[in-house]
Amino acid sequence: MYPENLYYSQDHEWLKVEGEEAILGITDFAQKQLGDIIYVDLPDSGKAVEAHQTLATVESVKSVSDIYSPVTGEVVQVNQDLAQTPELINSDPHGQGWILRLKLKDKSELNNLMKAADYEKYLEGLEK
Amino acid sequence: MKKTRLNQVHREAGARLIEFAGWEMPVEYRGLIDEHLAVRTKAGLFDVSHMGEIIVDGPEALALVQYLTPNDASKLLPGQIQYSALTTPEGTFVDDLLVYCLSVPDKYLLVVNAANTDKDFAWVKEKGAGFKAQVINESNRYSQLALQGPLAQDILQPLTELDLSQIKTFHYAYGQVAGNDSLVSRTGYTGEDGFEIYTLSETPDVIWKAIVARGESLGLQPVGLGARDTLRLEAKLMLYGNDISDKTTVLEADLKWIVKFQKGDFLGKAALEKQQAEGLKRKLVGFEVVDKGIARPHYPVYIGGQKVSEVCSGSYGPFVKKAIGLVYLPIEFTAIGTEFEIGIRDKMAKARIVPTPFYKREKK
Repeated sequence: MYPENLYYSQDHEWLKVEGEEAILGITDFAQKQLGDIIYVDLPDSGKAVEAHQTLATVESVKSVSDIYSPVTGEVVQVNQDLAQTPELINSDPHGQGWILRLKLKDKSELNNLMKAADYEKYLEGLEK
Repeated sequence: MKKTRLNQVHREAGARLIEFAGWEMPVEYRGLIDEHLAVRTKAGLFDVSHMGEIIVDGPEALALVQYLTPNDASKLLPGQIQYSALTTPEGTFVDDLLVYCLSVPDKYLLVVNAANTDKDFAWVKEKGAGFKAQVINESNRYSQLALQGPLAQDILQPLTELDLSQIKTFHYAYGQVAGNDSLVSRTGYTGEDGFEIYTLSETPDVIWKAIVARGESLGLQPVGLGARDTLRLEAKLMLYGNDISDKTTVLEADLKWIVKFQKGDFLGKAALEKQQAEGLKRKLVGFEVVDKGIARPHYPVYIGGQKVSEVCSGSYGPFVKKAIGLVYLPIEFTAIGTEFEIGIRDKMAKARIVPTPFYKREKK
């Protein structure tokens, strides 16, 4: 069920690499854990982030969750649709519910992330 | 972890269960917003069996309740209910509660918060030592279901011999619901019309299932503690630990209407009279966040760059569709329309004092 063309982090973010850039979102597992998402606090374009730093904040009615950048890079675009319809993250987490686009600094960092099959195994481990 | 008699029903319904006040409780079934809106527009069914039930029984039961609470319980007849509080000598809260008059003047039921049941029971027992009244903690024997929403009466009526139209707000009656002996009160914690059903039956699941079977096609949903909290906040109903505590007085909480100074002595009376005479220094007010962001409990509150307070309850209100909350502010800043700032992560968000409740249902 998890798309094979994405990379996955232990914090439940996904990355879709397109050339020197990557689109980032949160996984279906993450959106289910959060429940109805009502607000996304997005960074400004141009913000530089290091791996594991807070990139954005996603809020459901009852919870606040930081989104960590799985890689080092620079924010080049944010999903403006989320300002009006943050629930896109619930309805289409791996597609229209994308959060932002990063310019990657070091593509070798992608090796630290999981492929879909490994992420699914990782989730099975969490649910035990 | 304690389990209510409806635990299995929640599991079968696919609820997400969490620990709350020592109980395993459903926090969400289909989704918080859906559940919240179902209660506002149709009906919702809650398991609130974790609530505490304390019986005060004996010739001086009324005298003890009068001594422990600021509202005037002598006004209650059997079948009537009153919102009140257990107050400290300082006029602050041990808890807030409902007083059910079972028999005048010798039998009262106190319905208290789950998180405070043991503390409240110890308090009532200790303060009641000199009164001719027994204090009994019946919390584990009672199951409690809440059926709330505009369709509550329509859904419940076919399941009971009681004429529900005859039970007025803050009144109760005894009768069978789906074949189980119950106390049915027209009360709730959502801002909607509705009923709370107390039963000593070992099979409250029969009541639950009958209500679901009757209500489902009308839009009824089971509702978890998540939506219970957002519903009560929109209706500005207090949550102990967030909005009221042993650090806040009944007057500061803007609950003067439950303080009846003329009724005689009660715990906290002198302190509250003194506070009233001197004038309040701070008061609980409702606010909306004007800028983007949601204010959460304990977020810092600033006026003129100075930190003056922290958010009490704060959340997104799914029906009012705004970020709302409650906060104690210095009395000179409590006028409707006053603006202040809330620290939300690394930003300052503007907020404004608004009239409360945030949501008020239209009376039929």
